[in-house]
Amino acid sequence: MMQALREPTAEMEVIYQHPAALSECRTHYCPGCTHGIAHRLLAEAIDELGIRERVILVAPVGCAVFAYEYFEVDGCEAAHGRAPAMATGIKRSCPENLVITYQGDGDLASIGAAEILHAAARGERITTIFVNNAVYGMTGGQMAPTSLLGQKTTSSPAGRMATLTGYPLHMCELLSGLQGSTYIVRRSLHDVRHIRQAKKAITTALRVQMAGLGFGMVELLSSCPTNWGLTPEQAMGWIETKLIPQYPLGDYKVTDEAKALEKAG
Amino acid sequence: MKVECLFSGFGGQGVMFAGQLLAYAAMDAGLDVTWIPSYGPEMRGGTAHCLVVIADHPIGSPVVMHPQVAIVFNGPSFDKYEPLVAAGGLLVVNSSLVPRSSTRANLTHVRVDATQIASQLGDTHLANMVLLGAALTARPLLPLPAIERALDAHLPERHRHLLAPNKQALAAGAEVLTSP
Amino acid sequence: MPKELLKGNIAIAEAAVRAGMQAYFGYPITPQTELLEYLSARMPELGRTFLQAESEIAAIHMVYGAACTGVRAMTSTSSPGYSLMQEGLSYIAASDLPCVVVNMMRGGPGLGNIQPSQGDYFQMTRSAGHGDYHPIVLAPASVQEAIDFTLLAFTLAEQYRHLVILAADGQVGQMMEPAELPPLLPVAEERPVWALTGARGRGKNIISSLHLRAEEEEIANQRIQARLLTICANEQRSTEYATDDAELLVIGFGTAGRIAYSAVEAARAKGLKVGLLRPQTLYPFPEDRLSRLARQMRSCLVVEMNAGQMIEDVRLAVAGRIPVRFYGRMGGMVPMPDDVLTAIEEAYALHAAVV
Repeated sequence: MMQALREPTAEMEVIYQHPAALSECRTHYCPGCTHGIAHRLLAEAIDELGIRERVILVAPVGCAVFAYEYFEVDGCEAAHGRAPAMATGIKRSCPENLVITYQGDGDLASIGAAEILHAAARGERITTIFVNNAVYGMTGGQMAPTSLLGQKTTSSPAGRMATLTGYPLHMCELLSGLQGSTYIVRRSLHDVRHIRQAKKAITTALRVQMAGLGFGMVELLSSCPTNWGLTPEQAMGWIETKLIPQYPLGDYKVTDEAKALEKAG
Repeated sequence: MKVECLFSGFGGQGVMFAGQLLAYAAMDAGLDVTWIPSYGPEMRGGTAHCLVVIADHPIGSPVVMHPQVAIVFNGPSFDKYEPLVAAGGLLVVNSSLVPRSSTRANLTHVRVDATQIASQLGDTHLANMVLLGAALTARPLLPLPAIERALDAHLPERHRHLLAPNKQALAAGAEVLTSP
Repeated sequence: MPKELLKGNIAIAEAAVRAGMQAYFGYPITPQTELLEYLSARMPELGRTFLQAESEIAAIHMVYGAACTGVRAMTSTSSPGYSLMQEGLSYIAASDLPCVVVNMMRGGPGLGNIQPSQGDYFQMTRSAGHGDYHPIVLAPASVQEAIDFTLLAFTLAEQYRHLVILAADGQVGQMMEPAELPPLLPVAEERPVWALTGARGRGKNIISSLHLRAEEEEIANQRIQARLLTICANEQRSTEYATDDAELLVIGFGTAGRIAYSAVEAARAKGLKVGLLRPQTLYPFPEDRLSRLARQMRSCLVVEMNAGQMIEDVRLAVAGRIPVRFYGRMGGMVPMPDDVLTAIEEAYALHAAVV
């Protein structure tokens, strides 16, 4: 028998609640998709840092196209891949605000490769949440620049072949080589332990921007059970056994100043 | 009144500045004026020309096929523009660098040993002012003191020390036509 | 303020500064690079934003972002760069954002050259990027007009929350003329209520051009079209010369219009009854004025630095009442007044032939 939930009373301590930065609406994400987790983590971090009223969110083209609907912050919709350029225009016009881009792998690593590279190289004081699930979700499962060799997609039916489409693109490795990057890390959302680590990284990335240090990006290895043709549970396993070996988790660039913020947090 | 005045030569001969100076002087005299350069992909070298149109009423086209005045600083400019000068027009030629003479009977042809004169004044770059001085003496569109005032006002800061030599060069150019 | 001898590119840049432009993003391309170079020193001097972007694509999206925050934002480019900006322009227009884009047209298609051209008339007036709308397009013919229209561009952009293109060419950009700059206006302190500034003490603001339901997208389109109707009713601008008793009307915009002016002057000196209409807005096209003028004319001659683009708008306005003839040069060739005069004389001679 399920026990009826009790209304909280003054004596009760609130240990879990809906983040103020997250809208109270249903998302359109598929069952087993980790976008919901990534949203929740970002919203919690915004709440905990007390910056909700300062955030301007730039949504991408891709599954997270409606991200501005799901957060209770000022938001806008970028063209495909152009979120870092748009965020640059916003940040330069509103330096006191905290500007976040939320982008998928097609958006960031393919069509928007130039924009993310130059935003990082300029040390643009923005925070990028990079959701990498190795596939184009919104358009129905085509090959992404981060798709694995051999990965079957609707546009690589025989599996991705290096001779035809080259190799997976490693954005953390690429961007960490730039002087303008301050905080570049890769985390995963496939289990609780890793989700906690992801939350910590997102918080640090936002602190980096609050301190005006430079470009920060948190890559989140994410699931797409629908387009991978797996159950949600299998999808989490696929992240662990397939994605992580190709995209090792870790800190790719954390400057000393960013490290100090990480410890303070 | 409307006069089109073409300046043409190598990049670095002060072609553009000579034209601008005339344009400044015309503006200060309350006339309408346009200055338009040729512009090409190269940063240095090559031929450069600019066209100045001066009028006492609103100017339509800043470009014309047959300018009334042409000041040519070098051989290629002579070859290109000598045939284009309007009938009854004025052609001022830097004879230091252009050995050829015009055979056209329907224009005033003035040859000035400008680079040589400039060299005697201490700097071959002053040839542009020698030619301008000669041109404005042959066809007094504006009095020379107006050009001197424009020099006072518009000579770039880095060339400020050349103010007096520039004025000397203008006068030397004028003298070519006034001296017997 | 006294008149100064100003180059078109510099004049536009300084006029934008004085109009209160707070953010400029751009990418070097001839023949407008001087505008960018000038602002790279001038904007920081005033504590305003200047940024050289990695491409025209990035530049226009930076402008898009800046415009979202309610600042006066601008970019400038030339034809190939304008092509690259189409994507961002469509988003900006769909998001009801004010912004100003300067297009110093050059010879095309393709990489073309850097000489003056008017080959982007279609690309600027028919739409800018995908979708169903028109930007406001202003076409200056002189340095003074370039200054005045830069100010007007910011005013119209904000009045209608609409995209405004300043359409000139390399000749206007490179030419020096005496002109008067306006005083330096103070930058607006307040941001508009719709701007993204952080949801402090209010609900969140959203700026998006995404309407997945066709019903909503149609409503968004109707809103834009209603605005365009108002713009067409209020903002048609043109200037004319010697049209009173004219029988042949020459029509040209920007540099071509100015060259045509010289040709019309020369035709008048020869006793021909010729007048000039120079559209100053390409969108909205001054169709009302042209339609009235067409009633008194026997024919008209369109002069353009392209293969004939504005001529389509002329035909629509004239609606078949009189013959519409054309003289144009392409690929960066600038027509000479003498050539236009010859075209005028030929067109004029046809009047006699008809009688």
